[in-house]
Amino acid sequence: MKYFPLIWAGLWRKKARTIFTMLSIVVAFLLFGLLQGINQGFNQAVQNLNVDRLYTSAKTNMTDGLPYAYAARIKGVQGVRAVSHWTYFGGYYQESKNVIPAFSTDAEALFQVYRELTIKPEYLEAMKRTRTGALVGEKLAQQYHWKIGDRVPIGTSIWTDKQGSNTWQFDIVGTFEVPSAGMPSFYFNHDYFDEAAAFGNGVVHYYIVGIDSPTNATRISKEIDAMFENSTNETRTQTESAMMQMQLKQIGDINFIANSIVGAVLFTLLFLTANTMMQSVRERTSELAVLKTFGFSDGKVLGLVLTEAFLLCLFSAALGLVLAGLVFPALKPIFGDFKMPLVVVAMGAALAMLLALVSGLPPAWRARQLNIVDALAGR
Amino acid sequence: MKMWRQIGSVTAMNLRSIPQRLSTSLVIVIGIAGVVAVLVSVLAMSTGMIKTMNNTGRDDRALVLRNGSAAESGSVLSRDAVRLISDGAGIRRDVDGKPIVSAEGIRLVNMFKKGDGAEINVVLRGVGNKFQVLRPEFRILEGRMFNAAVNEIVVGKSAHAQFKGLAIGDRITTRGANWTVVGIFSSGGDSHESELLADIDTLNSAERRGGGAQSVNVQLQSTAAFQAFKDSLTSNPALAVDVYRERDYYRQQSRTIGRVISVIAYVVGGIMAIGAIFGALNTMYSAVSARLQEIATLRALGFGSTAMVISVLSEALLLSCIGGAIGAVLAWLFFNGHVVSTGGTATGQLVFELTVSPQLVVTGIVWACVIGLIGGLFPAVRAARLPVATALRAI
Amino acid sequence: MTALVSLRRVTKSYVRGKQKVEVLHGVDLDIRAGEFLALMGPSGSGKTTMLNLIAGLDQPTSGEVIVGDSRIDKLSRGALSDWRARNIGFIFQFYNLLPVLTAEANVEVPLLLTNLSRAQRRQRAQTALQLVGLADRAKHKPNELSGGQQQRVAIARAIVADPTLLVCDEPTGDLDRQNAEEIMNLLQALNRSQGKTIVMVTHDPRAAEYATRELHLDKGQLAHEEARHVA
Repeated sequence: MKYFPLIWAGLWRKKARTIFTMLSIVVAFLLFGLLQGINQGFNQAVQNLNVDRLYTSAKTNMTDGLPYAYAARIKGVQGVRAVSHWTYFGGYYQESKNVIPAFSTDAEALFQVYRELTIKPEYLEAMKRTRTGALVGEKLAQQYHWKIGDRVPIGTSIWTDKQGSNTWQFDIVGTFEVPSAGMPSFYFNHDYFDEAAAFGNGVVHYYIVGIDSPTNATRISKEIDAMFENSTNETRTQTESAMMQMQLKQIGDINFIANSIVGAVLFTLLFLTANTMMQSVRERTSELAVLKTFGFSDGKVLGLVLTEAFLLCLFSAALGLVLAGLVFPALKPIFGDFKMPLVVVAMGAALAMLLALVSGLPPAWRARQLNIVDALAGR
Repeated sequence: MKMWRQIGSVTAMNLRSIPQRLSTSLVIVIGIAGVVAVLVSVLAMSTGMIKTMNNTGRDDRALVLRNGSAAESGSVLSRDAVRLISDGAGIRRDVDGKPIVSAEGIRLVNMFKKGDGAEINVVLRGVGNKFQVLRPEFRILEGRMFNAAVNEIVVGKSAHAQFKGLAIGDRITTRGANWTVVGIFSSGGDSHESELLADIDTLNSAERRGGGAQSVNVQLQSTAAFQAFKDSLTSNPALAVDVYRERDYYRQQSRTIGRVISVIAYVVGGIMAIGAIFGALNTMYSAVSARLQEIATLRALGFGSTAMVISVLSEALLLSCIGGAIGAVLAWLFFNGHVVSTGGTATGQLVFELTVSPQLVVTGIVWACVIGLIGGLFPAVRAARLPVATALRAI
Repeated sequence: MTALVSLRRVTKSYVRGKQKVEVLHGVDLDIRAGEFLALMGPSGSGKTTMLNLIAGLDQPTSGEVIVGDSRIDKLSRGALSDWRARNIGFIFQFYNLLPVLTAEANVEVPLLLTNLSRAQRRQRAQTALQLVGLADRAKHKPNELSGGQQQRVAIARAIVADPTLLVCDEPTGDLDRQNAEEIMNLLQALNRSQGKTIVMVTHDPRAAEYATRELHLDKGQLAHEEARHVA
């Protein structure tokens, strides 16, 4: 745009002031990008979860468990593809701080329910043949240098076997790739566990139900829960994302915290930017009057100042968001594969424009209303 | 002496002229208030949590868990184990000659928060009949203590405040039974105030689980008796247990989350502080620019550079302190005493009060001053170094 | 001979606080094309006010202001803006160059309101700078130029869009004698060789000597007039 030199001139009149204002905006939007990015990341992770899977647990609390017999009845519901289950083992390897997220399960059904997990068929076969067999996630196996054929002792503080021991021996018969960070990655046969455990027999913590189509999720959930209503073991069935949301909420209201902090930051920033723009225009009273003298209309002058505000805010905000985006890969260990969600960029742009408007409009209006004669006379 | 007088008069002049530069000065105040408010608020979470955890437990009480349990919820102790533990060395005896121990087990119950209706795991703790002797800090605030062999529970005051359906007379449903709330208790501000309590034998039989517990809590004869107690258990071949001082155990539990919150507080606060520094730099540079003629005149009159620097810095400091104080007060107003619940699913949730302690306020103001100092430094030096001739010509 | 600029029964009053102050009391004036008019008078005489009216920076309380074919007293604020862009070049006492722009860029500013291409604007600015003798300082910023040089850049800026009228408010007010002379010579040259119509307010009698006509104002009315012969 041909007016660019004028706008540039307006911005850089006081170098230090412009640079510091820009830096403040950059920092504010860096923070915004990080916080909202994390917030939205959680939201998206929850949305992306599989809706063709349901989780059935005891209504009173998951830890209360459900009878093993429920499996067959759930399988009978129309639309159910496969049913597997989890019973939490709570294991550790060698020392209690080496936590192993171990579960007893029906392995074959498990991999039918989790369609996205790939495993070699021969491993599943081996699992069926070996009562004490265990299937392990590849990363976990690498971490402890386990190979197929190893016999590993897994300790647990919860389950004692019938011999009175708290260390259980498992034979690793296969590995599988675990796509996401939160997925448990140590599975062994439920039959072995159930028979050997000194107590808690015949009980599972979660039924994992694979359904044919996500559109049937609500109907099937209702049907399952209705089947066991008013029994001694009432159930509650949820989709994976509902469950994840519930778990996230337990950590705390992340949404609220992120938004509050961002709100506080943006409010203070608004003040800073508005002050800068106002000062800048006040100092340029005579210059703006001169422009008007030469025929720049009131509207044009308003436009010039407003454009200045927009350039300042949008450029700095973009820089801040870019920086935030660069930091994201560093958060990988906590959040897994995380990129700056596009929605955050859009939100950032909108906020930057709002900032520009609110901080730029009053001074721009003042410039518009400037009376040439008074301004030139120094009034 | 002369220098001090110089400094004094220049500073006074500076400060007196602030009202003329009100909006620019407000930038520092508001910017720093924002940083401090956020920093103090977030740290209030970890302070509150640590305070709750530190308050939980005494040094002359011990906690026994199954060997290898990371936490109470992962521990399982059989009836026999409980009996053996109760026979350990160094346990104080009650007037009836029985050891003061409380075998306890926890269950998780789904409760709904009063505000947004979020579903949270709440701990229902079964306790032994010597519970009240073991914990003299336990007091019934309203209603009465539950009777054993009846399905009655008492609820902690934090739990009562946070969750729906925990008033006296309300009933909650667990797997095995319905329970009536008969009382509300306090226990010295510790983590038990977020819990529901019932008699352990009643709880076990309602759930048709075998007798047994997850932890055994023991009153020692004295703080020094801990080692003897621990040795007597670890040397017993029939037992496989971990023994902790009660206070140590709870402190450990809070450490991880406390650390995470502190990291978040300092990272976010740090980033905001950097932003605030730029804001402060902005303001102070403007302040100096606006008063170029004044400064030059003073320098020409013989006022030294030190006086200039100190006057600018004190202006920056004053504004920052005001901002910091405002921020701390805002944090205190909005968040002090605010009850918050947080925690993972396996261990149940923890309810505690956000605490804006005096230390936090001091921390906030210190941060404010540091920001102000850094923000004021370069402009201050500029004011001191200004070539007098050029400045005077600019008038 | 038809006048380029005509003022008919022009009055101008301001309201200051509660008082109405009349600055011009029914002034009549004709300025012919090619004239170099000096407006003089004590402070408060209304000369700057009259200048502002002629330049379209302000509008009279009553009366007519005609420049060329336009009744500029009847134009709206927006239309007046456009009119000024096409017809007026203004020179200020304190130069009023934009500090962050180079001399060249400063001179180009009035051309931004035209439809000329970038190259054409550049070309015109160069020409204007050449005319005032500062082509070699095109890339300098105002703070790198002396007072006299800055005023010359301002003059280049004032003429670059080829305006109908050059309006000057105390153009030598901030300059030393030598620079003042240079500026006045330049203005006179513009008037004589380019035929530029110039209206200048000044309180410096030496500056007024360069003009072809001298008008004195006192208390808002034309006091007396001195004509000068074109040498």
